[in-house]
Amino acid sequence: MSLQILVLTVLDGIAYGSLVFLVAVGLTLVFGVMRILNVAHGSFYALGAYAAASLGLVLSAYGISAWFAYPLFIVAAVAVGVSVGGLMERFILRRIYVREEYLQLLVTFAIFMILDNVQRLVWGVQPYFYTEPLSLMGNVTIVGIPYTAYQVIFLPLVALFILFGLRWFLRKTLAGSLIVAVTEDREAATAIGINARKVFFLTFIIGTTLASLGGALASPTTSVLPGMGAEMIVLSFAVAATAGLGQIGGAAIAALLIGLGRSSAVFFMPELEVVVPYLIMVIVLLFRPEGLFGKTTARKI
Amino acid sequence: MLMRIVLPVVVLVAIVLPLATSGWDAFLTLVWAKALPVLGIILLLQAGQVSFGHAMFFATGAYTAGFVIRAIPGGEIVIALAAAIGASVVAGLLVGVFVVRYRYIFFAMFNLAFSMVFYSLLEKFIHITGGSDGLSIPRPEILGQAMERSEYEFVLYYLALALLVICLYGVHRFLDSPLGHTLKAIKTNETRIEYLGLSPRRVLLIAYIISAFLAGLGGALVAVFQGIATPEYAYWVRSGEFVFVAILGGTGNVFGALAGSFVYEYIRVTATAYVGDTWQLTLGLVLLVIILFAPSGLVGVLNDIRGYLGKGRREPTPSGGKQPSGKTEKQRGEEQ
Repeated sequence: MSLQILVLTVLDGIAYGSLVFLVAVGLTLVFGVMRILNVAHGSFYALGAYAAASLGLVLSAYGISAWFAYPLFIVAAVAVGVSVGGLMERFILRRIYVREEYLQLLVTFAIFMILDNVQRLVWGVQPYFYTEPLSLMGNVTIVGIPYTAYQVIFLPLVALFILFGLRWFLRKTLAGSLIVAVTEDREAATAIGINARKVFFLTFIIGTTLASLGGALASPTTSVLPGMGAEMIVLSFAVAATAGLGQIGGAAIAALLIGLGRSSAVFFMPELEVVVPYLIMVIVLLFRPEGLFGKTTARKI
Repeated sequence: MLMRIVLPVVVLVAIVLPLATSGWDAFLTLVWAKALPVLGIILLLQAGQVSFGHAMFFATGAYTAGFVIRAIPGGEIVIALAAAIGASVVAGLLVGVFVVRYRYIFFAMFNLAFSMVFYSLLEKFIHITGGSDGLSIPRPEILGQAMERSEYEFVLYYLALALLVICLYGVHRFLDSPLGHTLKAIKTNETRIEYLGLSPRRVLLIAYIISAFLAGLGGALVAVFQGIATPEYAYWVRSGEFVFVAILGGTGNVFGALAGSFVYEYIRVTATAYVGDTWQLTLGLVLLVIILFAPSGLVGVLNDIRGYLGKGRREPTPSGGKQPSGKTEKQRGEEQ
């Protein structure tokens, strides 16, 4: 095993882990606050990717500089996350907060089926390629290996920014404190006049926007095609579960762990590439059922 | 009532039908076969658990049957089905030992994760599974008899029907056994089961293995009927369909599997011409409507209508706890 392959593995793992983190953190945030696992979360990733790729293709069709693509990615992500996510929370999820847990799962699963189909109706089954933002940032050479700056510098920076931004938001701002209060004890929070409905709405929109941002940023690094949503929901769940559902900081470490695991599988056991993330999850959960950073809760009798 | 009158009537009609008219056989064979995995989902739903990954056992059964038929010269359907059952029970045990440690979200998602891995393995190992083109399965012999196509389908119809009826009855009896009641108690209060000295995990594992067996048998029947097994058999959309059909039929009764499977296949056959591209969208919308407005499914709706028409003869349904409590015991006796 040469040094170069080792470095390449690490770089691949960081690039991949950053993307997965962006999606997983939204999933885990929504779960932490609302106690609902949004199976449709992967669809937001796919919708974000499609929206970004098609906006980017419009840009290049008009010959506008691809530098505009970066702000446009954020616009696309926010547009998808707020509109689709907002509608979903307001008109569907709000009706099922009091229902049984398996029905909540089924409802988000039904929305997943719908969004998956809508996305195929709008964009078809042909893959989309829009790689200009990737090449625009150029390459960096690390230990003699050229790697795209977009993947190995820009994406990890965005991931770190989201991680610390979210921590700051939850700890230092009023809206964040309200979210934390509702998470800790919904009844008590409602009793002192916090509008839990609004908090749920806000949290859900933040979560879905993060997922579509992940998709938008992923679009230059991969071909955008059907099925990417289903893959991503399972993968981001694996990350969130490995970290412990609801753990934001833990999700970053778990994403990196799973990213590195996957990239080393690509180099050393290519057949097992798809299996490794789940293998990591299973091993972690066998020893710590509440996840690496989850709190053990006392059982209520 | 359902098991005593409706089921025998349906079975009788099903037995006579291919002798009276033709044209329904192929459709109904698929209905019988696909009701089996749905029955497995309904069994797990009794414990309040949803699996988004049962298509993996469906595919396990289908591929095992395919491999066995290809390996034995001539192929023997009995051996193929037995092997498919064996393989799906083993798979159910292996996956089950892990997933029954968890409930609700984790249970559902781990099943999904396992099935996604299985799906991509089926697609990747092209030299064994034939990749995304699938594994073509030659027509097997039945008890050593090589058969023409029409003859083969005729026999398969009755074989699938017989297996389905046995399984429906078996699961119905299982749910009424002490073990079955313990399974239902996982949904209501798991801690109480532990205080009784029983292991909820073990009970759920048994139910999980049975559901894997049902899914595997269904997959094998579909595969030998259609002559092909593809990785799509293990895809999450297929798992979603099973759950969808279970909710559509109604989860309170094993009969829901048959009712749901029939209605679903009928709509699929007649509606694909109109909604082709939006099939999954339609499924999702209908699923939402059922959960939000008619959570007890077709069987529940029928029960409600009957209760409304024939006042006082209402059976307890999962949704309707409205009747005066004094009558419940009597009605429960009537149901059995």
